[in-house]
Amino acid sequence: MIAKSPDTPSKPTPKQRMLIERQHMPEQDAQARAANFGEVNLGLTEQLALLEADRCLQCKVPKCVNGCPVKVNIPQFIKHLSEGDLPGAAKCLLRDNVLPSVTGRVCPQESQCESECLRAHKGLSVAIGYLERFVGDWAREHSGDQTPNEVTPSGKTVAIVGSGPGGLAAAGGLAASGHDVTVFEALHKAGGVLIYGIPEFRLPKKIVEAEVRRLEKAGVKIVCNTIIGRTYTLQELQGQFDAVFLANGAGLPIFMNIPGENLKGVYSANEYLTRVNLMAAHEFPNSDTPVLRGKHVAIVGGGNVAMDAARTAKRLGAESSTIVYRRSKEELPAREEEAHHAREEGLQFEFLAAPVQVLGNEEKWVTGLKCVRMQAGEPDESGRARPVAIPGSEFVIPCDTVVTAIGSRANPLLTSTCPDLQLNKWGNIIVDENGMTSLPGVFAGGDIVRGAATVILAMGDGKRAAKAMDDYLRNTETESGSIRNNIMASLCDVNL
Amino acid sequence: MTPEKRPFSHNLSYYEDMHLVVAKTRLSENVVRLDVSAPRIAEVRQPGQFVIVRLGEGAERIPLTIADADSDAGTLTLVIQAVGKSTKDLTSLEVGDSITDIAGPLGHPTELITSGRALCIGGGVGTAVVHPIAQELFSRGVDVMSVIGGRARDFVIFENELFRFGDVIVCTDDGSYGKKGLVTSVAQDILANSEIDIVYTAGPVPMMRAVANLTRPFGVKTIVSLNPVMVDGTGMCGGCRVSVGGQTLFACVDGPEFDGHEVDFEMLMDRLTTYRTAEKQSLNPNCQSRHASVSTHLP
Ligand SMILES: Cc1cc2nc3c(=O)[nH]c(=O)nc-3n(C[C@H](O)[C@H](O)[C@H](O)COP(=O)(O)OP(=O)(O)OC[C@H]3O[C@@H](n4cnc5c(N)ncnc54)[C@H](O)[C@@H]3O)c2cc1C
Ligand SMILES: Cc1cc2nc3c(=O)[nH]c(=O)nc-3n(C[C@H](O)[C@H](O)[C@H](O)COP(=O)(O)OP(=O)(O)OC[C@H]3O[C@@H](n4cnc5c(N)ncnc54)[C@H](O)[C@@H]3O)c2cc1C
Ligand code: SF4
Ligand code: SF4
Ligand code: FES
Repeated sequence: MIAKSPDTPSKPTPKQRMLIERQHMPEQDAQARAANFGEVNLGLTEQLALLEADRCLQCKVPKCVNGCPVKVNIPQFIKHLSEGDLPGAAKCLLRDNVLPSVTGRVCPQESQCESECLRAHKGLSVAIGYLERFVGDWAREHSGDQTPNEVTPSGKTVAIVGSGPGGLAAAGGLAASGHDVTVFEALHKAGGVLIYGIPEFRLPKKIVEAEVRRLEKAGVKIVCNTIIGRTYTLQELQGQFDAVFLANGAGLPIFMNIPGENLKGVYSANEYLTRVNLMAAHEFPNSDTPVLRGKHVAIVGGGNVAMDAARTAKRLGAESSTIVYRRSKEELPAREEEAHHAREEGLQFEFLAAPVQVLGNEEKWVTGLKCVRMQAGEPDESGRARPVAIPGSEFVIPCDTVVTAIGSRANPLLTSTCPDLQLNKWGNIIVDENGMTSLPGVFAGGDIVRGAATVILAMGDGKRAAKAMDDYLRNTETESGSIRNNIMASLCDVNL
Repeated sequence: MTPEKRPFSHNLSYYEDMHLVVAKTRLSENVVRLDVSAPRIAEVRQPGQFVIVRLGEGAERIPLTIADADSDAGTLTLVIQAVGKSTKDLTSLEVGDSITDIAGPLGHPTELITSGRALCIGGGVGTAVVHPIAQELFSRGVDVMSVIGGRARDFVIFENELFRFGDVIVCTDDGSYGKKGLVTSVAQDILANSEIDIVYTAGPVPMMRAVANLTRPFGVKTIVSLNPVMVDGTGMCGGCRVSVGGQTLFACVDGPEFDGHEVDFEMLMDRLTTYRTAEKQSLNPNCQSRHASVSTHLP
């Protein structure tokens, strides 16, 4: 427990709470951090966290909860925190969210929980994400103190495909219900996008590793290097396990389909980030996987993935790292925090510009990105102004590396091997309200169902599916149990 | 143990184990054959498929064709040519060492004919790549003929293995063994003098391109096995993209075998040089810092 200084009143009045200003996240100096892979946000100190917790008004009708896709009981965990009861805060938080250290860092809080916070109407919202991160980190660092709840084995086995946030959340839920859970992962390391996509400077890998270890301690088996659809088929999993959860993500990179895209120096963001995050290419030649360290890097796209790639380029030593986005500054889909950090680190932006060709030299190396200026046109289906090209406005961004971060689709590796699995026209798996697919006992969630979405939505799916699968497994148990009872009864009849 | 009886939620422990090297043979100066334990892959692999191998912490993920497999012994045969850091580390493994990660089988199985005559053309280490194809064709009753090449006598591999499935003609650049000359000139004679239904070829990219150019006028379908640089091998990164029939495809999931008459070999050759500077750097003896950790797997 954290001892509060004696002169702090244990319960500030609402008026006093309103007077406390939102705490700032301590961060690494922009210039220093642009040259290292250490985490940018350093985390609140205990003192700052307690002060921030006191800003929460403990609303009777907490609007913030509505903004959270998994309905974290925000006022409750903050209350425990403000009372200095960290075990209580951790317990409360973990009940709703199994990866608070992760979501506290990567959730787009400003458009979710924090946007609904009452205090946002008059000034700045409570920094829910910072507090979640604080409590999550505390829980992880003190996980030794917590004894995992004893669970009675259900005798049922579950296979999970994919170890991203969706798969991990489902694994946690199912193991807690006593099921024997095995997670199959294609890569050599568990964590999905949390490991290979989101960079170290936003989400340290040791956090993901610790979360995975925690699940393993709870009895979850994680089997890496196993590709479902290749090493085993889904049909085999169905035959060997009582239920299956598919959380294989949306990891198929989309390319721009413009000339020059296969020149040397053009990467998908997936490849660029995987080389660095999963394969430690930034340590090359002390690790064996290389990555091109471009001097001038152009990144196409405007989301979190583009920001991550651009900031990674900077850390790999790029003199210039330029985001090329076809819409305006106001429409940038990346989190405001990421865009802000990116600007601080010296990234450049080309708004209202769309690539038309990658230029190359004799040796087929990239020399530039030819773009066309865009202007806002008529609104499209999404209600946003459709960007239209301005004729004759072509210009060239000189660069030696191009990274495309324009989105990803469902990877068909698994789904193409199961013709009975119903997919929508984009190749995403169709599920019912319980998360069950067209195959009985096979559930799915996360990006493979939603298309590229967010960590917390994938986790929410995993959590919901774990509940639905538990119901499913217990029901099938009663069924097979009753059959067994009937057989026993008939055997008894014979004996009599 | 019959494969389908293996109850798998309880018998997964072999995955947590490392993959033991159970046999090693040096086939030529820089080509080594390793038999490694990987029971599940050995059981389900098909000709044309490959694995992604990562020797240990810090090592690269590299693709290697499954040259053969013994499902009873639970082993895969990998034939590795030492060309750079990763393949040198792998070829210096000894029996009793192990490989941390082997994932697969990846890629589409070879498109196989079920009757008629097939010509298998292998160059250098590519000979090991055509081996499982010839093996499967033979077992289907297809008439198999192989033409294999190497720089010199010591570089010719898998001659005896392929001989089990049909005639084998060996060529060497220097004439130190078999016919002097390139595999393409021998193949030219064969195509001109006999009915060939399909050609399968694997080897250096210029060789595969030459074979594809040779067979085009004969109108004989030619399957080539492409070897772009890969990372994940599951379609996630797009690093392995190749151009086939004007379309960009991912070799790891759409291939690695394609219709040789449609492949843009120039693009493949260009892209294979992407890391040339880096490759030299990683072989630099001064960058030893991590060798220490890898060498735990080495004798
Ligand atoms: C660079 C980047 C930055 C992002 N930043 C944010 C952010 O800041 N905030 C946020 O909320 N979201 C962010 N996202 C999105 C978020 O990461 C995803 O929505 C989320 O990870 C989806 O989780 P998932 O469990 O569905 O799949 P994934 O995390 O994609 O995991 C799927 C796993 O399944 C494995 N797999 C795939 N196929 C198979 C198979 N056949 N057999 C076995 N295993 C298989 C994959 O290797 C992978 O490990 C980001 C995404 C990227 C790429
Ligand atoms: C589907 C597939 C199957 C393969 N099967 C085999 C196999 O059975 N046996 C085998 O020895 N090799 C095989 N390869 C090639 C092997 O993966 C590469 O030789 C290896 O990745 C090189 O790594 P390195 O670190 O040793 O060399 P690097 O230092 O990366 O490269 C050294 C030299 O090899 C060249 N090179 C790099 N990558 C490749 C590549 N993918 N193919 C050919 N040359 C390359 C470079 O241009 C350079 O000249 C296969 C490749 C693919 C894509
Ligand atoms: S999980 Fe995300 S949205 Fe929910 S409370 Fe935490 S930070 Fe907010
Ligand atoms: S809406 Fe804001 S102030 Fe109210 S309970 Fe939620 S976090 Fe606290
Ligand atoms: S190796 Fe990554 S997509 Fe083929």
